[in-house]
Amino acid sequence: MARTLEFLDTIGRGSRFAFRASHEMFRPPYEARETVRQLFELGCRSVPLIAASGLAVGVVLSMHTRASLARFGAESLIPAGLAIALVRETGPLTAGLLLSGRIGAGIGAELGAMKVTEQIDALEAVAVDPFKYLVVTRVIACVIAVPLLTTVMNFTGMLGGFAAETAVTGMPLGTYFRQAFGAIQFSDLIPATLKTTVFGFIIATVSSYLGMHTTRGTEGVGQASTRSVVLSSIFLIAANVLLVRIIFFFYPA
Amino acid sequence: MPAVELRHVTKSFGPRRVLDDLCLTVPRGRSLCILGRSGTGKSVTLKHLIGLVKPDSGRVFVEGEDITEMPIRDLARVRLRIGFLFQNAALFDSISVGENVAFPVRRHTRRAEAEIRAGAQQLLQRVGLGEEYDRMPAELSGGMQKRAGLARALALEPALLLADEPSAGLDPVTAAEIDALLVDLKHQSNTTLVVVTHNIPSARTIGDDLVFLHEGRVLAHGTAHELERSDSPLVREFMRSEGTG
Repeated sequence: MARTLEFLDTIGRGSRFAFRASHEMFRPPYEARETVRQLFELGCRSVPLIAASGLAVGVVLSMHTRASLARFGAESLIPAGLAIALVRETGPLTAGLLLSGRIGAGIGAELGAMKVTEQIDALEAVAVDPFKYLVVTRVIACVIAVPLLTTVMNFTGMLGGFAAETAVTGMPLGTYFRQAFGAIQFSDLIPATLKTTVFGFIIATVSSYLGMHTTRGTEGVGQASTRSVVLSSIFLIAANVLLVRIIFFFYPA
Repeated sequence: MPAVELRHVTKSFGPRRVLDDLCLTVPRGRSLCILGRSGTGKSVTLKHLIGLVKPDSGRVFVEGEDITEMPIRDLARVRLRIGFLFQNAALFDSISVGENVAFPVRRHTRRAEAEIRAGAQQLLQRVGLGEEYDRMPAELSGGMQKRAGLARALALEPALLLADEPSAGLDPVTAAEIDALLVDLKHQSNTTLVVVTHNIPSARTIGDDLVFLHEGRVLAHGTAHELERSDSPLVREFMRSEGTG
């Protein structure tokens, strides 16, 4: 019973934290300088991971697509099939999960360490609101960065797909991309990419909440980091189910 | 009007009562040293004075303003007049030492960049870290971090300086320099000081008044001379120990 109450209490506090973050994003003062720094730290520094993963996913997806479509003699649909699969689901979800690992762990550990070394108290002591300075800046940076990184993932995934395809059939780049892009509609690309703003919000708020509420020294920092990855991944997957349902409601397949 | 005042403050963490009906007043321009054994609520008392910890009951006043339940924006305004040196310095480890000192000024004033840097450099000079502007906090020793923390606490020229063990971890010469700096500050800028310390020689140098906390209450209050002649054997023993941080 006590554990259930504690769990519900945490859910309540977390929800209030997320609500406050979404509210404070639109209220001055805007921490522009820190937000740009976070965009660089969380966004730009994630590009190598996302690009490399995108290439690998594209290659693997292309091999699977070839194996499946070859049975029906439909190899010519490989670029289109791969592009649709990447843009609609594989790209956003893979990018989201990778970033919940990289960004979530980073935010959880950084804010957790700041908490246990009293740096968050020190911010308050110099009359800076830690919530606006540390949390809101990271939330805004993630909400902007995750869709952009998803686009990077989609594009590098297609490049990986092209590499796999041209290795087998010698298909030229122009033909591959014409077929791939020709198959994608705005209703495939835009809602699926925009849903990752929600992923960014989830990653930043969950990991910031856990970081800001770290206790028990370095052990607590480790736990905040691990929990940030686990919980943001779970919430992200759950939110994805809901968001895909909503997208299908507005854009029936 | 006193610079700071705690009225019947009680604070517990879980089942443990840290402050128990604590009353404390520091007049403007005076210096108070808070003494006591470890875990008697000295740091918690200091954190009440800047609103980092809220009392379970009782009121906290800073320069006549009741900050106990003050909204965050009003509290920020009050905090601009307070400098706080943390026990472990609490420097922001993602920016350089100089930027740590410049941080409050950059945030709260419209001074030109060159002026901000020069001011931070001057403060670092004052605490003996003139060469360390561009070094990162992790590259400094504990004592140097403490001095950098003090420079940051002084950046906005506070009317009230709260210092949690300013000389802990410092060699005796540097500790004496920091003590002298704090005394200077009080005399030249009329800054009110509230200093938590285990260092009796420091307390004698800095403190106009000393309070001895025990189990969350004031066990003795007076000058160093008066505390040495306290009725409490614990206070007398503590004063005789000449303990250093």
